[in-house]
Formats: sequence, structure tokens, C-alpha cells
Amino acid sequence: MKSTAEIQEKSINKIDLKWRFIHWRSAILYLLPSIILFSVFLFYPLGKTLYLSFFLTDQQGNANVFVGLENFQYILQAESFHKSIKATILFVLYTVPTGVIISLFLALLANEKIRGVGIFRTIYSSTMGISVAASAVVWLFIFHPSMGILNQLITSIGGTSIDWLLHPDWALVSVSITTIWMNIGFSFLILLGGLQNIDDHLYESAKISGASYFYQLRRITIPMLSPTLFFVITVSLINAFQTFGQVDILTQGGPSESTNLIVYSIYREAFVNYQFGTASAQSIFLFICILIVTILQFKFGERKVHYQ
Amino acid sequence: MYSVELKQVDKSYDKEQLVVKDVSVTIEPGEFFVLVGPSGCGKSTLLRMIAGLEDITSGSLLIDGKKADHLPPSKRQLSMVFQNYALYPHMTVEDNITFGLDVKKMRKKEKKEKCYEIAAMLGLTDYLKRKPRHLSGGQRQRVALARAIITNSPICLMDEPLSNLDAKLRAHMRSEIRELQRKLGITLIYVTHDQVEAMTMGDRIMVLNEGVVQQVGKPIDVYNTPANPFVAKFIGSPPMNLTTGLVDKNSSKITISKEISIPVDRLVVNDTNSDQVLVGIRPENIKIQEEPSSLDLSFAVTIDHVEILGTETLLKFKWNDDSVWYAKWYGQWDIHVGQTVRLTLDPDSLCIYDGQTEKLLQGPKNIQHQHIREGII
Ligand SMILES: Nc1ncnc2c1ncn2[C@@H]1O[C@H](COP(=O)(O)OP(=O)(O)OP(=O)(O)O)[C@@H](O)[C@H]1O
Ligand SMILES: [Mg+2]
Repeated sequence: MKSTAEIQEKSINKIDLKWRFIHWRSAILYLLPSIILFSVFLFYPLGKTLYLSFFLTDQQGNANVFVGLENFQYILQAESFHKSIKATILFVLYTVPTGVIISLFLALLANEKIRGVGIFRTIYSSTMGISVAASAVVWLFIFHPSMGILNQLITSIGGTSIDWLLHPDWALVSVSITTIWMNIGFSFLILLGGLQNIDDHLYESAKISGASYFYQLRRITIPMLSPTLFFVITVSLINAFQTFGQVDILTQGGPSESTNLIVYSIYREAFVNYQFGTASAQSIFLFICILIVTILQFKFGERKVHYQ
Repeated sequence: MYSVELKQVDKSYDKEQLVVKDVSVTIEPGEFFVLVGPSGCGKSTLLRMIAGLEDITSGSLLIDGKKADHLPPSKRQLSMVFQNYALYPHMTVEDNITFGLDVKKMRKKEKKEKCYEIAAMLGLTDYLKRKPRHLSGGQRQRVALARAIITNSPICLMDEPLSNLDAKLRAHMRSEIRELQRKLGITLIYVTHDQVEAMTMGDRIMVLNEGVVQQVGKPIDVYNTPANPFVAKFIGSPPMNLTTGLVDKNSSKITISKEISIPVDRLVVNDTNSDQVLVGIRPENIKIQEEPSSLDLSFAVTIDHVEILGTETLLKFKWNDDSVWYAKWYGQWDIHVGQTVRLTLDPDSLCIYDGQTEKLLQGPKNIQHQHIREGII
């Protein structure tokens, strides 16, 4: 009696295994297209970068001498890399909170039911349609020391003109302003979408309870918007860490490396100095930084987020 | 306990079409007042105007005798239960219930006590820490009720609060809401499209169609003497049977389908301008013809459909130019489809409406009010 039960159990296990294999096989088949795409465009470059970061390279970027962790040691001691990290952190702090707050403010304005609000929605989201290069060039003119509209405005009201892009203290601020302006369109659109998803009845109910606008904002709008806010903040953070185009056009990392953000520094290391090994080490460093920030954000931020 | 008074209230969303037309009604303090009508007739609009969520296009609104047209919703001393409950999905049940008190900055301890008291009353004590999405429909509904009554507002508005519930729970909540209203003594304005809810819950009901008031009155009066054919069709399930009849002014008789002629009061006939009237009768007042009486109102029909509902039997048949009629008899009748039966109308239970103006010319004379004799038990 006992043995038959055991045999049965075994055969069930066998069938189970067979089915599990079949399921596994079809799962892989379904995943195959993305696996191939990700491998070609993501995993292979990532692996290659990691590989290169352990080598000294020649001018063509071929690995020559294995040096272990020396590249990492080198960049962590190099003063210019410290400067670059500092600039990047400052840049993130300047752009992300300001950008998100301004977008939220605009989204709240554009979410009111007023006639003609569609025009404002279009205007606020229009920066999404402009390429990085085009908007950077526009801002290049705005920041121009003598002809720029910004300085003309300042001098016309009696201020002294500022060397926006040429002064080490101002250059990073100028690049930040440009970046905020460029990112507002996207954040605005996402946040507006989030706001429009909130059921009007919630506000009506709150109104009957006598809640003021700011009370409603604090107790209903922000909590209900939290998943969207969380998404926007994450994307903005990652974007800020990866800023390149506007730096290249506006300042080329100068003056005196004050706007030499990490991605720009990587570019210079690789394609100006032909140091592919240290450039790869910097890339890996940036990758780890973004990974850590994102993990921390998910760990701590997500607790405060309400999902439907 | 406050009264609510509407005076010639109009509402238009697009400045062209009136959604609510010339509504005037006084809702007494402590009354359970039901607004009933088909979908799209403007019930929600009317309720939202009382709440202050929509502007009144013209006319005026008085709450507790004071003009309230331009007061913001929070100053109108009312609470509201929405059709989809409008619970805050990110807050726990407790926070949802106390939201109105938070706004008033009530002390924490007092707030908690009040919340527990109300939760106990509505059987929500076990769910206070949950989010609304983890509740069943009935529980959500009760949270919405709790949230409305915790503020002690003298007026409560409800917009189809039971429409998302299943039939059994709905029947249960009907009596629960009614009892709650009696216990708290609040003025309750209740919107529904379900005539059963209107009949069973309201002290008075107002029937609305296309934004126009059709009739206001006690449910039983509206049922017995509907003011026009619309109300007759809308209230009652199955609805009142209606068919056209021709008026003969000389002999003051109304003939239906050549077979039947009903003698009526001369005054009634003189009231009407057209020679057509609508004759209506409730299904329970159509009887089977047993012995010929002096006044013969009998006719033969073929039964199209039979429903036996345990305590009563429902017959469906076509009569007089294909009007669909129902008869409802007490008990379980063994009648099959296709059978021909001879029925008779109870002459005292007829409603007669003018064919043109649709006004009631004559109501039933034998309204049954049955009383239990005391001490019969
Ligand atoms: N915000 C609005 N803008 C324009 N028209 C509206 C608006 N709200 C309602 N209406 C129109 O007003 C009429 C009455 O709507 P209302 O919501 O009051 O109907 P209701 O009686 O509550 O119907 P239901 O039983 O389906 O809820 C409808 O014809 C509707 O199309
Ligand atoms: Mg409605």
C-alpha cells in the first residue's frame, strides 16, 4: 500500500517536472525577442565596458595590458574626477527638485477647468518637441554676454550683466536652467495626466466637508499623484545623471571644469584623450551610482507611494 | 433639522437646453424625501444644485428658510453620499470617516471616539484600518454613509447610493438607511431611479421626467392616483395598464374596444376637450369574470405569458390595439400560455386621463386602506 503511494507520488513529480520544462521553454521563446535586443544593445556593451575598465587600451580602444582595478584607483584619486562628481551632484540637486516643483505647479494650473486652458497646456508641454541641440542653441543666444536677452533685461533695469556661461560660479547654474526648461515639458505632461486621472468626486466630497484648496492639495492631490510624482522624479534623476548634449553645446565642460558632468567627462576621457580604460571605469562608476540611487529611491520612496 | 426649499429652479448646462425646468418644492425638516425618475431626467443635477456643486441658472434655493444660492457647499450644513461613494482610496477607512472632522480641526481623542461610535453603529469596527479597495461593495457603501453622518449635518443628500449593490444587499440597506435617518432625525434627500426604493423609503416622493416635476406626494398616493400617464407607467411593477378610450359626451360614457362602455360622471366628461381619453387600471384590479353583473366590463383575451411568483401570478396579454397589459392575482393560478380567459375591470379602480393634456380626470374611488383591528393577535 505504502509503496504504491510512493510510486504514484514519484510519477506525479515526474509529470510535474516535464510540465515545468515545457512552461519554461515557452517562456524563453516568448522572451527571446527582447533577450536578443537587450543583449545586442545593452548587455553586450555593458559587459564590454566592464571588460575594458580592467585594461589599458591603445588609440583604437583595443584592450592591451590587464591592470586589474588600477583604472578605478586612478579615477578615484584624480582631482578632475572629484570635481566632476561634485558638479554632477550639484547639478542633480539644482535641476531635479526645481524641475519637478515647477512642472507640478504648471500642471496644477493647467488642470483647472477654465476656458482656453488648452492653449496653456500646449505651451507648457511644447518643450518636449524641441531637440536638445536646438534648445541649447536657443539658450546659447539667451545667455550671450552682450547680445543675450537676459543680460539686456538685467542692464535695462539697472543691474550689472552676468557672464552666464563664462564664469565658473554661474556656468553650472546656466546649464541647470537650460536643463530645467528642457525637461519641464515631459514632467508637465506626465503630471497633468496623473492629475486628470484623479476622480472629481473626491474633490467635490472634500469641498462639501469644507476643505480648503491647500488642504485638498495636501490630503488628496499629492497622495493620489504620488505614483506619478515618483515616476517623474526617478526619470528626472536618471536624466540628470546622464546629461550630455546641453553641456557639449553650451560650455564644453568649462570654464575650469565647473560644468564637466560625469557623462561629459567620460566622453572627453574616451574620445579626446583616448583613455578608453579609465573612461570605461568612469562609466561603471556612474552605472553603480545610478543603480544605488534608484534602489534607494524604490526602497524608501515606494513606501510613501499609494498605488491604486 | 433644516428644511430645503426650491423656488422655480431652472438649470441649463449649455445655455440652450433646460435640464431642470421650473422645479418648486418644499422639503420639510426631518423628512425622507425621494427624487425619482428615469435615467437622464435631471435628478443628480437637482441634487448637485442643492449641494452647491452646480450653479442654479435661475430661481432660488432656501435652506432653513435662508437664501442659500450663493453659499459655498461647505456652508450649506449638509453632507453627501455619492453614487460611486467617492471614498479616498489612499486613506484608511478611519481616515475616510474622520476627514470631515479633520477639516474642522477637532481634537484627536474626541474624533476617535466619534469615529468608533459611528463605526459600531454601522458594523465597521473591524475594518477601520483597511483601505477602501479591500472592502466589499456593501462595506464601502457603509463607509460612505458613516462619512456623511459623522459631521452631524442636519441635511444629508444621497445620489443613488444603492445602485452598485446586489438585490439582496440593496433590500437590506434600504431599511438600514431608513432606520438611520429616523434615529438621527436628519432631513434626507435621496435620489434613485428605482421606483421600489422610492415607494419603500420615502415619506414623500417627487417624480421627475425630463427635468419637469410630474407629481409630489406620499408614495401610496402617487401609486394609487398617478397624476398623469407617465407617473402611472413609471411607478408600480408591473406598471399601470393603459389604453385609449373614446368619449361619448351625450351618454357620458367611455367606450373601450367596442366591447366595453364605462359610465362616468357627466362633469368628468365635460372637462375634456378631446374625444379621446386614456383609461388606466392597476394589474391587481383586473379580475377573472365569475358571474355576470349588472355593469359588464368583461372582455376575452389570450394569455401570452404567465409568471408564477409564489404568492402571486402575473399574466401578460395584448388587448385593444395591441396595448400590452398585465394582470396580477393573489395565489398560484394554473393558467397556461395560449389559453383564452374572460377578465373584468373593477369599475371603481379606474384612472381616466385626458387624451391631449394627459391630466387626471378621474381617480379610483375604492382605495383600499386596510387596518389591523387592535387586539386581534
Ligand atoms: N456637466 C454636464 N454638462 C452638460 N450636460 C450635462 C452635465 N451633467 C449632466 N448633463 C445632462 O443633464 C441631463 C441630466 O443629467 P443628470 O445627471 O442630472 O441625470 P440623472 O437623472 O441623474 O440620470 P441618472 O439616473 O442616469 O444618474 C442629462 O441629459 C445629461 O446629459
Ligand atoms: Mg445621476
